[in-house]
Amino acid sequence: MNLHTLTLRQAQQKLAAREITATALTESLLARIDHVEDKVRAYLSLHPEQAMAAAEQADKKLAQGQGGLLCGLPLSIKDVLCTATMPTTCGSKMLEGFIPPYNATVVEKLLAEDAVIIGKVSMDEFAMGSTNENCAYKDKIPHNPWKLGYVAGGSSGGSAASVAAGECLASLGSDTGGSIRQPASLCGVVGMKPTYGRVSRYGLVAFASSLDQVGPLTKDVADCALLMQAIGGHDERDSTSAKKDVPDWSAALQDGVAGLRVGIPREYFGEGLDAEVEKSIRAGIAMLKEAGAELVEVSLPHTEYCVAVYYLIASAEASSNLARYDGVRYGRRAAADSLIDMYRQTRSQGFGDEVKRRILIGTYALSAGYYDAYYKKASQVRTLIREDFAKAFAQCDVLVSPVTPTPAWPLAQKADNPLALYLSDILTISANLAGIPGMSVPCGFSAEGLPIGMQMQASHFNETALFQAAWNLEQRAGVKGRMPEI
Amino acid sequence: MREGVFSARCSFVRFYQPANIETGKFIAKYAITIELNNIMEFETVIGLEVHAQMKTKSKIFCGCSTEFGAPPNTQTCPVCLGMPGSLPVLNRQVVENGIKLALAVDAQINRENRFARKNYFYPDLPKGYQISQFELPIAEHGRLEIEVNGAKKTIGITRAHMEEDAGKLIHDEREPKSYVDLNRTGTPLLEIVSEPDLRSPEEAAAYLKQLHAIVRCLDICDGNMQEGSFRCDANISLRPRGQAKLGTRTELKNMNSFRNVQLALEYEERRQRDILLDGGKVTQATLLWNPDTNRTEAMRGKEEAHDYRYFPDPDLVPVVIDEAWIERMRQSLPELPKQRRLRFIEQLGLPEEAAAILTASRELADFFEQVCAAFNNPKKAANFICTELLREYAPEQISECKVQAGQLAALLTMEEKGTISGKIAKTVFVEMLASGTDPEQIVKEKGLVQMSDEGELLAAVQAVVAANPEQVQQYREGKTKVMGFLVGQLMKQTKGKANPQLANKLLLEALGLGTEAGA
Ligand SMILES: [Zn+2]
Repeated sequence: MNLHTLTLRQAQQKLAAREITATALTESLLARIDHVEDKVRAYLSLHPEQAMAAAEQADKKLAQGQGGLLCGLPLSIKDVLCTATMPTTCGSKMLEGFIPPYNATVVEKLLAEDAVIIGKVSMDEFAMGSTNENCAYKDKIPHNPWKLGYVAGGSSGGSAASVAAGECLASLGSDTGGSIRQPASLCGVVGMKPTYGRVSRYGLVAFASSLDQVGPLTKDVADCALLMQAIGGHDERDSTSAKKDVPDWSAALQDGVAGLRVGIPREYFGEGLDAEVEKSIRAGIAMLKEAGAELVEVSLPHTEYCVAVYYLIASAEASSNLARYDGVRYGRRAAADSLIDMYRQTRSQGFGDEVKRRILIGTYALSAGYYDAYYKKASQVRTLIREDFAKAFAQCDVLVSPVTPTPAWPLAQKADNPLALYLSDILTISANLAGIPGMSVPCGFSAEGLPIGMQMQASHFNETALFQAAWNLEQRAGVKGRMPEI
Repeated sequence: MREGVFSARCSFVRFYQPANIETGKFIAKYAITIELNNIMEFETVIGLEVHAQMKTKSKIFCGCSTEFGAPPNTQTCPVCLGMPGSLPVLNRQVVENGIKLALAVDAQINRENRFARKNYFYPDLPKGYQISQFELPIAEHGRLEIEVNGAKKTIGITRAHMEEDAGKLIHDEREPKSYVDLNRTGTPLLEIVSEPDLRSPEEAAAYLKQLHAIVRCLDICDGNMQEGSFRCDANISLRPRGQAKLGTRTELKNMNSFRNVQLALEYEERRQRDILLDGGKVTQATLLWNPDTNRTEAMRGKEEAHDYRYFPDPDLVPVVIDEAWIERMRQSLPELPKQRRLRFIEQLGLPEEAAAILTASRELADFFEQVCAAFNNPKKAANFICTELLREYAPEQISECKVQAGQLAALLTMEEKGTISGKIAKTVFVEMLASGTDPEQIVKEKGLVQMSDEGELLAAVQAVVAANPEQVQQYREGKTKVMGFLVGQLMKQTKGKANPQLANKLLLEALGLGTEAGA
């Protein structure tokens, strides 16, 4: 049986009906990994023994009817989330072999719901990148399962590729400027960046604290709602996590979109947008209208500043967040004769080029004499961007747009052009700057057979509207259930 | 006038050069007198930065204990170790302590408090940044009244902010190795910065003592300077009197007692004055006080200009302090040293000096009031405590004293009733300090009850008169000075227990004179 093609919900039903066991399901996924991982390269570390032990536990609980929400469901976890029994490298040489002394809150939640964690998946080093090519482990750069030799996207490339390739049933990633939505779009899976504060960041290794958020990558919208249900909610260990109840999203999926106001932001359909992508998104919008949604044209006038604002704020925060990797307590330490030299050598050897570039940009933006012109100014513009969204959401419930200007591209094609890559993030980073939830839902395919995703954004804590709109699109787009041939 | 000073200085230098060591010493004495006069020509400007470690059970951003003296790195967790992915959560007690201090020094409380990151690399700083406050500290524009040589003065407090302490480095003396202990990392601190309003080392010491009394009275800091829970750095500069612009300052560190703060500032004041009088320039620097050599020394290693790249910490949400919270804190405030001092003067009738001494620490003031609760003569109690008790214990150490307030009250009552003499009371107190025994028991066991029975005392008087006919004769011839000798003999005879007034009266009568003569 090809159990790797199942969604979380399908697997859940089969487990409940005793058609399959968690052990069989996990074995099947491990076999699938054996079969395709050579080509996909999604995993930084695999833990079959831990996974099988968890599956056996899950089977016992299922037999007693005591299983949690995710009982026996095999998942992959982005290597940026702390796991106490598995290395957490963040795709960096700096943390090679590092095993944290604790589990991230979201990992604890998955374990509490009896999920089976198969392993840790690849990512751009410290989540900085859009193609996963910045992963320091060069033999672990994921390929797009729909077209090997093409990028899976980033920074949660391993999460998206592992879900698309059937190497797990679902995955957790993190999104600082599109790192869940962009690879989800390029790999044809569903990905959600929740509202800032919806999911605990405790144990998510920080890139940019005011922008980072953990979220799911799944095969369909219902799975996304299920996983969000499991990981959402207030955590007293994260001061920025919101004291908000978690709604029953699964129950709200089929509520329909009649009367839902769908906003189309003018600025997101501008120059540089691939014709095929635009066509696919426009078709998706038409489907939503057919389903009863009301279309509204809206404007987000400060969109053109998003990339600049994002790279200043994210890099400034990163320059401080990454200061702890100094070789003193954990991770890599270079041999040196003096303290200063030890710092210098450790950080020179341990960080890759992109991480160094952002630390330098961030340090510069915070420096005396430049702070006002860069960091402070960027924070002010960020407020304007938030206001843009507040105005837009007075006119509509959900904003729809492309996720990326183009479908996936060949590996190495843009690797030497960081500026071009920064610009390709333009459609996703504003959600992080504004703190609103965003989602990528498969919408169509290019002529080349590459997936195209539609981005949906809603106001703070209105994930419910996203799930409803996404579920309705999914019902009509006709791409659900398709899996790539590998 | 200033020229005069300079020439005095120059002539001293000329004179000194050819002199041998002996004349050098002689001249040095002169030089000191000349320099003391010179103080009038320069104005000293001092500002203090105090780091008060807060008395909270747990650290500022995690649940670890703040207990001092545990084995290295045992009071740590992922948060205070700066582990990847860990996040700070503010201990609200720290904010409450900040509000209390702000109220005590009449400072403005910022309603919206933010934490900022101060970025720098050092092995005792696990995250590579210290969480502190920058743009919006909890308190601004406070003030503190001090008194030096009877003159009152108000010292401005620029700001007080909350922050986390760093860890400790332990350097191996034998090899070039250092060890890091992160137990202290994350201990809450209040940094209290004064305005450069202090004009002498004495004023600086007075300000520091006053602030120390306040944080201890508020029970927000244990004030232990040796263990570093109340640390002080000082900025000092000199400028010609009358000049508005501040001179170049030096920063002094490593002064772990009030005395050292004053000594270090006095030393630095002299050093800077010497440089200026020689026509030199003071170099801005951070200096360490060396209590062994009584000198300030340059810090080892080159100093680098730091750019701390402060920015708001995105991991912490702003703390909003509303009126209700402030009011709750105001209600919880204990009586402050200043208020207590005034009450002692106005209600208990104490002299100002005694009131100031007794309010130097909360424990001492409490002790005094407990004594007064059982002994209704505050002046007498104050006098006894200031002389007899404070001879043995510093105001902060009263809790170590074995004598309970009730026991001291009992002792003073015995003295007031005439059961024992004042002199005996002091002897008994010494015994009480050593053993903690009740005064009644000591007096009873040693038979120290004052002889106030006329018949009993008369026999002793007659014995003294009979044994010293020569002195008695001298007295009767008008040499009244021998009276002292005779009283001494009587006290000897009665082992000091004779009631002095009665003894005097009986002795005069025995010498053939009436009580009128003795009066
Ligand atoms: Zn801790």
